[in-house]
Amino acid sequence: MSGKSNAFGTVLATLGGWLMARAWLLPMAYAVWAAVHPAAYVAKFELMAPLTLQNFAKAFAAAPFATYFLNTCILVSGILVMQFGICTLGAFALARAPFRGQGLIFSLVMVQLMVTPDILIVENYRTLSQLGLVNTLTGIGLPYIASAFGIFLLRQTFRSVPKELEDAARMEGASPLQILWRVYVPLAKPVYAAWGLVSVSFHWNNFLWPLIVTSSVNKRPLTVGLQVFASVDQGIDWSIISAATLMSSAPLLIGFLLFQRQFVQSFMRAGIK
Amino acid sequence: MAGAHRQSGSVAGGTAPPAHRLAAPMQNWLMLLPALLFLVVFTIAPTIVTIIDSFWFTPHGAKAATFAGMAQYEALLADPIFWQALRNNLLYAAVTVPVSIILALAMALWTNGRIKGRAFMRLAFFLPTMLPMIGAANIWIYFYTADYGLIDQIGHLFGAGSHNWLGNPHTALGALMVVAIWKEAGFFMVFYLAALQQIPPSLIEAAQLEGANAWQTFWRVTLPLLMPTTLFVGVNALINSFRVVDQVISMTGGGPDNATSLLIFYVYQTAFSFWDTYYGATISTVLLLGLGLLSFLQFALFGRRVHYR
Repeated sequence: MSGKSNAFGTVLATLGGWLMARAWLLPMAYAVWAAVHPAAYVAKFELMAPLTLQNFAKAFAAAPFATYFLNTCILVSGILVMQFGICTLGAFALARAPFRGQGLIFSLVMVQLMVTPDILIVENYRTLSQLGLVNTLTGIGLPYIASAFGIFLLRQTFRSVPKELEDAARMEGASPLQILWRVYVPLAKPVYAAWGLVSVSFHWNNFLWPLIVTSSVNKRPLTVGLQVFASVDQGIDWSIISAATLMSSAPLLIGFLLFQRQFVQSFMRAGIK
Repeated sequence: MAGAHRQSGSVAGGTAPPAHRLAAPMQNWLMLLPALLFLVVFTIAPTIVTIIDSFWFTPHGAKAATFAGMAQYEALLADPIFWQALRNNLLYAAVTVPVSIILALAMALWTNGRIKGRAFMRLAFFLPTMLPMIGAANIWIYFYTADYGLIDQIGHLFGAGSHNWLGNPHTALGALMVVAIWKEAGFFMVFYLAALQQIPPSLIEAAQLEGANAWQTFWRVTLPLLMPTTLFVGVNALINSFRVVDQVISMTGGGPDNATSLLIFYVYQTAFSFWDTYYGATISTVLLLGLGLLSFLQFALFGRRVHYR
């Protein structure tokens, strides 16, 4: 009796799960449909509809997507490299034996976790104009470089490194920087990988700050370019907008499809650690 | 013991090789310097200046800023758009947070079991998370377009009329919420999946031995054990819902008639469309306070667990 109702429940649950998964996939599946078919088939779902790559070509011709791509790549990798360097040093200092002011500094770092950068757009914009960095990729990246999240994550990791390893390296005459580079950083590799994936995903998709900072076409990252493209340049040709949308998200989506497990674990680690 | 050794080694310099010219505290400060510099310039100082600016009037032209005292705050309290943005934001949070959580839990339960094609299902649920909000918005704007859009086209098949979902003040905010839920639920699913995998199977087996059916096991065993995750996800979702802005800019521009204006969007609009930057600072200060309180709550509750900003 209970076995029967259980089996029935399982079938029902499976069915529900499948329906939900399809519903969730639908918007993206639709975008793919619109992007690879001529505009006439935007809302006509015929199995034999002719395939085309014209929409991608048109999007590429209508806006400087190559420049947008390049800008986003430079921005994302620049931020990543700077974050790794600066946060590694900071986290190492905060993870070592206590010194005067360490607690204060650590709470200052934590302030950044509470304050979302998007609230500080007004002041940060003013700072950038004083530095003459408005409408530059450097200007977009600077506020994110001292990542409290990264410092926090690395500090936790560094603190879990057994002291014996450091002591052994010191006995061999290694300087603190050598110890950091040879002992701590290699042991934290998985954390760097996780944080890297999260950082790249975040900055690839980041929008408000780049929107405010950039004023000329050749400095725009993809998100801003896509937004301008969809709202101004293109009117309502949905097949082309879909193509542009997929194109802009493709590197991240493909990366995700290839390294699904790593991505999910990174997001989880980033949230839990 | 090890700590004592560590300190004596660096302070006395006796055991340290000659390469160490600097005392340990000095080294620490040097290593912290770059991070501190950026932190102060782009987070600490702007936070303080924002709060100070909220007590001043925006300078016009060559005229210097004049002291406003509490006047900007009084203006804020009397500003119907601020109240609307706050109401919108609260409603947005009150709907998207619980719905995302419940869906995330359902997704996790589905894809944690031995269901067929669960890898595909997980992928389907998580994929929207990877999409930039601007991209997601583009897809959904088309769905929402009156007559021409997908929702109306399907509606027409069933004899429904024409709806301008994003242009109607009664449906626009709801339309934004749907997109947010679509994009966020799969992200929260990941946390539930991790938590589900931590539950010892023996607890579930024990419940089943006691004669509990699947429903009872879920309510009495699984759900209580997931409580910390629910709290964690809940607070994060709440904070996220007050940080929403991309979606508003790309889908509605706050309209129609401020029906979809949310707090950060209003800051953005005040500062960069109306150029009333000091009033923008006043709204920001209120937001800072609110989000600060939420983060404090978050930190008090979860300590070590942090979230990417």
